[in-house]
Amino acid sequence: MKLINKRKVSKWVYLYLILGVSITILPFIWMFLTSIKTYEQAIAIPPILFPKTFHFENYVKIMDKFPFITLYLNTIIVIVFVVIGQLIISSMAAYAFARLYFPGKNILFLLVLSLMMIPSQIFLIPHYNIMISLKSINTIRALILPSLFNAFGVFLLRQFFYEIPKSLDEAATIDGASYFVIYKRILLPLLQPGLVSLSIITALNTWKSLMWPLIVNRDMDKMTLSAGLGLLIGEHTTYYEQVMAGGVVSVFPMLIIFLIFQKYIIQGIANSGIKN
Amino acid sequence: MTKQKLTEAKSAYLFLLPLIVGLGYFYFYAFIQNFYFSFTDLSSFGKPSLVGLENYKKLLTDEKFYLAFKNTLIYVLIGVPSVLIFSTLSAEFLNQNIKGNTFFRTALFIPAVTMPAAIGILWRWLYNYQFGIINVLLNRVGIESIAWLSNTNLVKGSISIVLVWSMSAIYTIIILSGLQGIPKSYYEAAEIDGANKFQIFFKVTLPLLTPTLFFVAVMTTIGIFQIFDLIFLMIQPTALSLRYSMSMVYYFYDRAFVAFDKGYASAISIILFLMILLITVVQLKLQKKWVYEE
Repeated sequence: MKLINKRKVSKWVYLYLILGVSITILPFIWMFLTSIKTYEQAIAIPPILFPKTFHFENYVKIMDKFPFITLYLNTIIVIVFVVIGQLIISSMAAYAFARLYFPGKNILFLLVLSLMMIPSQIFLIPHYNIMISLKSINTIRALILPSLFNAFGVFLLRQFFYEIPKSLDEAATIDGASYFVIYKRILLPLLQPGLVSLSIITALNTWKSLMWPLIVNRDMDKMTLSAGLGLLIGEHTTYYEQVMAGGVVSVFPMLIIFLIFQKYIIQGIANSGIKN
Repeated sequence: MTKQKLTEAKSAYLFLLPLIVGLGYFYFYAFIQNFYFSFTDLSSFGKPSLVGLENYKKLLTDEKFYLAFKNTLIYVLIGVPSVLIFSTLSAEFLNQNIKGNTFFRTALFIPAVTMPAAIGILWRWLYNYQFGIINVLLNRVGIESIAWLSNTNLVKGSISIVLVWSMSAIYTIIILSGLQGIPKSYYEAAEIDGANKFQIFFKVTLPLLTPTLFFVAVMTTIGIFQIFDLIFLMIQPTALSLRYSMSMVYYFYDRAFVAFDKGYASAISIILFLMILLITVVQLKLQKKWVYEE
């Protein structure tokens, strides 16, 4: 251990990291700088790094043209319902697969696993038809329903259940606790790292999801931020400074959440890898 | 005893009920439906009628499908090795005893929480032919402006750059946690034996990391096979370079939800599924050749 600590870190490591970080964050900084310029300043050549006065009116203009608040609200609603739904449904199923014995268990689990192999596009046309039959085209619930059921979540949580000692269940059974009480009172609290991990992965996926909202919903006020912003790109491409202001509005709140909950988010993503 | 087993099984089915109903309806039934659609002429109106293998026959002679297929393979061939190399290097370096570790880590991970639409907006601006900062900087050093997104030869490369830029963050996190799982004692033993940094990396770190790298290789392959967002966001539907950048999923989306040729689109999605299945099986077979097991 001491040997390793004493080992000098090569200059090349720093060079790589500084280059890497520059390539990662300079584009975002440039996006912000463009967003506080006038149109003329944004397209000036040679480029103006810092404008003398900050033109935050671009933010007002883009907020007028584009319903960011509605889009954020929609995104939050969808994320909350999908995450809570998945936590309940996946953890119940994972409990049955990890702890209970019942006929057909292996076949059923294999079927669930096999879903993870199928690219999601396979389901899109049928999902669209299902939404027609549920009269849910162009609604928020259309964005929630198909995502409530997730094979990956079951698989992930099952792995976390295996890490909880089985003696806890056995002791509770002797005390006469029902399966539901064991699941809810004893195991769920201990499953917290798994639940946090699944929540983060699910929230991130929902946050980024683009194709399904574009397909199933038409109106801007029924879109998530991701899909709404995708449509914005097509419409107002010429006013770069306003589009960049829109970009900043859609990046910075999440960035701040990331900075605050960094530890959990990174751990959550890391867990999704290890447990497989 | 049997009564107890019966209660246990009953409870298990109750716990599974919501999942089974949901997956059954939204996924298994949908999968079978999609498979059936691929043998029909489903469009947005009217009842579909069976057309046999017509859609699949059409795929064989469809030049656009062939292009989409070829483009997708190129994205996979560029993207998977690049993501693997950059993520492994970043993770390995972040795992060293560096100053400012937290800063580097946080900064490198930002793309992992950024939505594709924002990435598309940002990179379209950076790639802009007239005013984009990349061309402006190139001009400074005497290089002529490059049509990053409209040059038919370059467009796949330009999109791949953004793809690797946006994907590497997540896999850096996963590989870093793989690295942290390697017991310190291996490194100590190697150092006592007088191994240098390169020897340690190639003889100790990499072999022990192969299970994680295998997982990342499989996930990135599957992920890039389904590339859609960046193409949709960065290339105009009318652009000439679309033919040279569209992926299989883009073509699927275009057929299903722009042209409403849904029967045909279903056939495309089935081929995509079979391709991913085939490649994953091949990767699993190759796994024994290079993945180190303790």
